[in-house]
Amino acid sequence: MVLKVFFPQCCNRADSGLLVGRWIDGHDAAVVLTVIHYPFIPGQVKLYVQQMQAQSRVELSVLGSWSLPKEGQEGMESFLRDLSTIFPQERWLQISREIGKTGFHCQVLQRDQNGRAVQQEPKKKKKKEEEEDGEAEEEEEEEEDDEEKVIFVHYEQRKVMLSQLHPIQNGVPDPQADPPSELRQVFQTVAHSDPLFFMDKYDDGPLKSTHWQTEGREASIIVELLKHASVPVCLLVSWLLSVWTWICGMRIFSLYPLRFLSTKLSTCVQLSYRTEHMRTLSSPKAAAGHTEFMRKANILVSFLVDVALGMLLIWWLYRENHISMLANTLVPAADHVAKELDELLQWLMGAPAGLKMNRALDQVLGRFFLYHIHLWISYIHLMSPFIEGILWYGGLSACFGLTFALSLLSDMVALLTFHIYCFYVYGARLYCLKIYGLSSLWRLFRGKKWNVLRQRVDSCSYDLDQLFIGTLLFTILLFLLPTTALYYLVFTLLRLVVVLFQGVLHLSVDFINSFPLFAVCLRICRPYRLAEGVKFRVLSEEPGTALHLLMEINPLKGNTVVQTYRTPTYSCYPKDSWAALVKKLFVGELIYPWRHKTTKTD
Amino acid sequence: MGEEAFTDISGKAISLNCQSHSSFCREFTVSSSKVSIGKVLVYTCSVWLLAYTVFFFTENTAVLSSAILITLVGMMLHIHFVKVDHESLLVIGSLGIQVSSSYASGRETTSFIEMSKIKDIVINEAIYMHQIIYYLSVLLKDASDPNAVSSVVPLFQSSKPRMNCLVKVYKSCQEILSKC
Repeated sequence: MVLKVFFPQCCNRADSGLLVGRWIDGHDAAVVLTVIHYPFIPGQVKLYVQQMQAQSRVELSVLGSWSLPKEGQEGMESFLRDLSTIFPQERWLQISREIGKTGFHCQVLQRDQNGRAVQQEPKKKKKKEEEEDGEAEEEEEEEEDDEEKVIFVHYEQRKVMLSQLHPIQNGVPDPQADPPSELRQVFQTVAHSDPLFFMDKYDDGPLKSTHWQTEGREASIIVELLKHASVPVCLLVSWLLSVWTWICGMRIFSLYPLRFLSTKLSTCVQLSYRTEHMRTLSSPKAAAGHTEFMRKANILVSFLVDVALGMLLIWWLYRENHISMLANTLVPAADHVAKELDELLQWLMGAPAGLKMNRALDQVLGRFFLYHIHLWISYIHLMSPFIEGILWYGGLSACFGLTFALSLLSDMVALLTFHIYCFYVYGARLYCLKIYGLSSLWRLFRGKKWNVLRQRVDSCSYDLDQLFIGTLLFTILLFLLPTTALYYLVFTLLRLVVVLFQGVLHLSVDFINSFPLFAVCLRICRPYRLAEGVKFRVLSEEPGTALHLLMEINPLKGNTVVQTYRTPTYSCYPKDSWAALVKKLFVGELIYPWRHKTTKTD
Repeated sequence: MGEEAFTDISGKAISLNCQSHSSFCREFTVSSSKVSIGKVLVYTCSVWLLAYTVFFFTENTAVLSSAILITLVGMMLHIHFVKVDHESLLVIGSLGIQVSSSYASGRETTSFIEMSKIKDIVINEAIYMHQIIYYLSVLLKDASDPNAVSSVVPLFQSSKPRMNCLVKVYKSCQEILSKC
């Protein structure tokens, strides 16, 4: 097996000392985490490693020695070898580097049964070492026999510590499942051993060490302040939420019409989503794992962006009296739509597109719909003095966020186009009735019938009377079908336009609610935080030297980020396919905007 | 070491560069031919001629400017997402296999497969259009059943070298894999 040594880049130029890290079981790999410098008292080092092991729950140990001799430091060789008897280990790494050379030397000492350290093989050498003494030359000869079998994998400690390897494994790994892969173990080891990195060179402790935070601990004052400020904010929000939940729980709201309405109005749906999100955010406990943290952060960022966009909308609406302008255009627009519908109906009542319709049915249907439009127009005119007020107060809802304003707009569109919905329902019901009648009569025609109990078509012998009546009805229905179908077609198209508009509104609301803005920003600004894997680059080019690899972090792809971190909302659930939609339209079943899919009511 | 000339399945010249970093670490780079200037000229000219014909009838200058834009954007997308300049395979004994392909624009996509997940490297046979081609692929272990193969990762997907090139890569890969 080849021995792999994961070596932090920050320790490249560290002073001589002891390597502290972890052996990864079963993979023949060692992760070097930090270098503890000379001089030290061995007892203190042992105590320190034990303390750190208790804090970080990583099996830390002293891996070996590191030497980077300065001028005047000669004869370290025997001292380094003696160290291995002080810190008894199965294997003892002896890594050394010379000033001005890039390659490392590595020797592995293995303990035999007597507890005596045995030099197994000199592992590798850098080429063109000229001023070497006799001992080194001997080693070089030995090296020619043994192949160099050490890989140095250099990693950037900070990035590896902060990055999260995907796909995420949460919680305690299942003991029956496979042990985590080697790289995952390396990442976990580095991430969990952050207590080791708290000791910087300004500390007065007995030990000095080198790691990525040696020059001083990295922290942000703003983040710390925000952490402290978040506690009272969370408490306030959770108190407000409890008041809100109490109001919602009052008995008035569970009465039939209100409850039914609240599931249909998208503002109410949005309100419940926001409440749920705020409940997640305001929990006083810190996020347990990476997934939960990302979820909270995503929700918070989308909430802030949402409110900011809402404020922008408010600023635009209330700046130059846009509200009254809107209100003044709304009533004439509704009038205009009604007039157009009126003309459309008149056209349908004649001979639309040269089709010859059943005149009596045509007239009946047309008058029926005309009466509805009349009702509708009087309703709008009754409402017109209040529209400006409604818009003014409705616009205020945008201070909760743009999503509220959009949901409110969607609801208002739904209410204002209620007549179109009514037409559509009447047309669809009539059409549906005809289609079903025709299909069952067609079965009668062929001497068959639908068996409800067995859910299949059985053959059946009909009487002559039944056949006569059935045929008669079939003929009537068949000849009346084009008229109904025409009305159905026209009003379905109108309805589809409204549904499309509402659908676009819902999609945008859903987009704002669920888009993982924080994760995407993290991917753009700190690509190493979300890692898909690693990539290696070969550093040493010369043959005969130990392999030096540079481990870089391979960032997650953009679409994977969105898929992994998007906040689940209603549109994430499977929707009807287009084919199903077309079939529904053809049969005359009612269609609704997306959110009504699960609760289909007539 | 050194470059060797081979051909891909359609007969175009490609070159294979084997680099041995150490006895258990080798890198194979297959570089495909560069974008030919003739091809670029043909595509550009055809789009522009078409645009000019449309312009001749409609006399709308927006057609011409959009044609220029289309050719520019098309070329950029081509070199950024389609045209692979070279593909490389880095085999590191007992650590894993790294597959990377770099596009003509300099974009690089890399993926690393750990040794514990790799079952073997094999040469596969496949039907491609009207011919039968060979390709090198990495077999991945199934997590639940160690003998089963969960998925196959094809190598050198865009350059598609011929058998003689694949055999060379295969032999040196097996040399490393058998050692660890």
